[in-house]
Amino acid sequence: MSDTSLNSTHEDGPTRRDMIHVATGAMMVGGGAMVAWPLVHQMNPAADTLAMASIEFDLATVPEGSQVKVMWRGSPVFIRHRTAAEIEQANKDDTATLRDPEANANRTKQADGSDGKAQYLIMEASCTHAGCIPVGVGENGYLGAFGGWFCPCHGSHYDTAGRIRQGPAPLNLIVPKYVYLSDTVVKIGV
Amino acid sequence: MSGPSKYIPQSGFEKWLDKRLPIIRFANDTLIDFPTPKNLNYWWTFGGILAIFLILQILTGIVLAMHYVAHVDFAFASIAHIMRDVNYGWLLRNMHMVGASFFFFAVYVHIFRGLYYGSYKEPREVLWGLGVIIFLLMVMTAFMGYVLPWGQMSFWAAKVITNLIGGIPFIGETIVTWLWGGFSVGQPTLNRFYSLHYLLPFVILGVVILHVWALHVPGNNNPTGVEVQDVEKETVPFHPYYTVKDGFAIVVFLMVYAWFVFYGPDLLGHPDNYIPANPQVTPAHIVPEWYFLPFYAILRAIDFDIFIIPAKFGGLAAMLGSILILLAVPWLDTSKIKSMRYRPWGRIAWFVFLANFILLGVCGFMPAEPPWTYIAKAATFVYFAYFLIVLPALGVIESPDMPPKSIADSIHPKADKSGAGNPVNVVVK
Ligand code: HEM
Ligand code: FES
Repeated sequence: MSDTSLNSTHEDGPTRRDMIHVATGAMMVGGGAMVAWPLVHQMNPAADTLAMASIEFDLATVPEGSQVKVMWRGSPVFIRHRTAAEIEQANKDDTATLRDPEANANRTKQADGSDGKAQYLIMEASCTHAGCIPVGVGENGYLGAFGGWFCPCHGSHYDTAGRIRQGPAPLNLIVPKYVYLSDTVVKIGV
Repeated sequence: MSGPSKYIPQSGFEKWLDKRLPIIRFANDTLIDFPTPKNLNYWWTFGGILAIFLILQILTGIVLAMHYVAHVDFAFASIAHIMRDVNYGWLLRNMHMVGASFFFFAVYVHIFRGLYYGSYKEPREVLWGLGVIIFLLMVMTAFMGYVLPWGQMSFWAAKVITNLIGGIPFIGETIVTWLWGGFSVGQPTLNRFYSLHYLLPFVILGVVILHVWALHVPGNNNPTGVEVQDVEKETVPFHPYYTVKDGFAIVVFLMVYAWFVFYGPDLLGHPDNYIPANPQVTPAHIVPEWYFLPFYAILRAIDFDIFIIPAKFGGLAAMLGSILILLAVPWLDTSKIKSMRYRPWGRIAWFVFLANFILLGVCGFMPAEPPWTYIAKAATFVYFAYFLIVLPALGVIESPDMPPKSIADSIHPKADKSGAGNPVNVVVK
């Protein structure tokens, strides 16, 4: 015979026992979540990884019409010293049909929103499709149709402002956050 | 099938243990007395082959782990050390590497066997579903294992596949950073992949135990797809009948495996993985291991936006969907007949599906340019059409042949009985 005091659906409304059930259940759910979070969060970037998240680079080392790759956060970044013709082409292409519309002038802005330098295009060297390194114009294996970059993995074409023009990639090459520390020294990752 | 146990403890110790932990009874009921249909053919031996390969991978993996170093600066060199310096290291690594390929080959045969003989149908839906989960876990295990040698293909396969997860709307980027433990594939990624690569095979082992448990409730399907009706006449005990038959198949399979281990360990792999990982240089042509090619082809086939779904996410969804759809097959196939032996149209559809799957593999291998991009799209359509259109529709419109009345009938057909393998187009409903 079950004692009515053990029965949680008591006719006179909730009992003290119900209270204990609910409180225990809530503690278990809350405690479970509190234990689960460290187990999940430990996989996010560690403090030393985050601490190495910025680099400084002297742009004077990049001659006009060429590009260098510098390592930042474990992946290469393009620093392209664009020619006047390339900048002009990029400005002209502002009016073309763009998958990820963005004016050329906005592609060289600093992290604080002020203008950077139109000749130095700084972008993550990672195709926005699946992360392959695109080939720059003039490099071996370049097959692009827009004078900028070409990704050999699945054939994405980027223009002279690093904007996606053709192929499976959804977005323009990512411009990392950077600021000029002096006329030629740039700090990437702020 | 689970029935009353026939185990009789013999020695005093067995009697004592049987009252406390009937583990010998359990082993006896699953591996010795288990009543197995008389008419299983060699396609049924691949389950045993798979069990052997899981054990082989775990054994060789544990010893490799004694020499392998999960660090971006040492991983590649530690593989060279295993190959050149560790006693029999070359053998153990080749066994593990080729073992993964043969494991996948066996699982594909096993899955296609199930699709042909309708082994996914009532009452084996759970058994089938557990199998699909094992396959998914195998895919994850092998993907992470392939990253460990830290060659060019290791690195770029890891990068490309994890990057695609970034295509998941809204949360994709957060998930990718979380998976990487940094801002690109690097030391934290390698380290955790190693941890998970060690863990997952034991998860697989756990699910395999459930899989075998779920097999032992309804018992084996068989080539006729007709359920056992008379346990006495239609089944034999697993041991010695099937321990010997499975054992024979295992030995033959291991002989082919051994040929690859000794004479062609790299035939199934990609030479670029003997170049150390370099985050600054993308290989000209990124391809996964052969056993992932059909799914890689499906991933790449979706290079166009579908309404509001961007191509990048569409590809990922199609690839996952192509595996997960297997979970729904028991309900998508509407035919009452299990075995394709008695389904004239279903049988043709199955062969087309198999050929198409191989074609997808070829597409995955070829560079993503015409005509392969078009062929891959068509083959992806055929892949999904088999499950979503052909199987549901055929069950309604096909008139199947008459299966035998029983397994016994199929073994000793009686002239006077109708049916018994006669193609007398009767719709069995
Ligand atoms: C489901 C079973 C398993 C599969 C499918 C599998 C698959 C793989 C693959 C494809 C590789 C890369 C081989 C290469 O190219 O070098 C690999 C490497 C490795 N696996 Fe596994 N593995 C399995 C189980 C295990 C287990 C249980 C362990 C450890 C206890 C392990 C430890 C290792 C180690 C240390 C490596 C790096 C050495 C090497 O690359 O040869 N594996 N695995
Ligand atoms: S990664 Fe660049 S096109 Fe796919």
